[in-house]
Amino acid sequence: MGFMPFVFPFAELEVGQHLYWQLGNLRLHGQVFLTSWIVIGALLALVVVGTRKMERDPRGVQNLLEFLWDYIRDLARTQIGEKAYRDWMPFIGTLFLFIFVSNWGGALVPWRLIHLPSGELGAPTADINTTVALALLVSLSYFYAGLSRKGLRYFEYYVHPTPIMLPFKIVEDFTKPLSLSFRLFGNILADELVVAVLVFLVPLVLPVPVMFLGLFTSAIQALIFATLAAYYIGEAVEEHH
Amino acid sequence: MTSLLLFGATEGGLFDFDATLPLMALQVVLLTFILNSLFFRPVGRVVEERESYVTLTRSEAKRKLEEVKSLEDDLKHQLKSARQAAQKLISDAEQDSDKLYREALTLATNEANALREKARKDIDSQRDNAFDQLRADAEKLGDLIVDRLLAAK
Repeated sequence: MGFMPFVFPFAELEVGQHLYWQLGNLRLHGQVFLTSWIVIGALLALVVVGTRKMERDPRGVQNLLEFLWDYIRDLARTQIGEKAYRDWMPFIGTLFLFIFVSNWGGALVPWRLIHLPSGELGAPTADINTTVALALLVSLSYFYAGLSRKGLRYFEYYVHPTPIMLPFKIVEDFTKPLSLSFRLFGNILADELVVAVLVFLVPLVLPVPVMFLGLFTSAIQALIFATLAAYYIGEAVEEHH
Repeated sequence: MTSLLLFGATEGGLFDFDATLPLMALQVVLLTFILNSLFFRPVGRVVEERESYVTLTRSEAKRKLEEVKSLEDDLKHQLKSARQAAQKLISDAEQDSDKLYREALTLATNEANALREKARKDIDSQRDNAFDQLRADAEKLGDLIVDRLLAAK
């Protein structure tokens, strides 16, 4: 199943190896779930600490949470529009926060120090299963958003300015999740690989700027994913006249 | 070993889809609902409450400012009219006192004039009397002298 265009001759670099968990007859990538639980736990801890005692004059973590809330609201509002953004803000925000914390967690936490029987811990978003799951959720959401808001008139969108657009719009429904998932997966995995290779080749100084670049890429990828998800939903709920 | 897993093995690899995918999706959906109730809704409520509070306070402040401005205008107006009234009062009083002064002055002058006139008249009449007396005396004396002279002859 696995496939890589070239092979890294380093024993330390484990690409495409997974810690398998067996759940009934389901196979799971354990390392992905472990890190995702840490990410979710960190997010929930932050949220619980920040919202425990909220006041009109914000203090401490509440400031950070309100900043995030405002940022996400602006993102959702500009992409989805004034009418429908409230319904979709939690979803867009969760995507953004989950991807952002996953990416930065993968880049900042020295997971390598924890040894697993097989595979290694890293950003959950560096696993194709996660990114495809997120992208499919986005696809479902924009279909649901369009259908629930406009009913069957949603499909007018496919022939919107002219019926010539029909095949392109149908293809778009497949390319949207594909590009969403592969963009995120590729960027995060590539970043991890570049850092790992550089650390292996030149363990001092040189990887540091690349790590900073990785942090930048990680943040940008979270923003891109959330923005595109919001844009797709906005496109689906938009009224054509 | 690695390369074996990457290429030839039946399991593993970068594009190894399995039950991770639906479970992760489920996890994210759950996270969405949890974050909605723990984060988005409460924080949104606080932020929107604050926004409405700020709008309310701002409009209140604007209203108060308007009130203050109108009060200020009113007071300025009152001050102006009071100043005018005071000015008028002062000038009235000045005119009054001036009139009184003039009246008193003319009264006093008249009185003085009358007194002077009376005094002059008194003097005149006394002088006339004295002249008359003197004339009478002189005539009597003249007569006496004439009589004596005539008698001596």
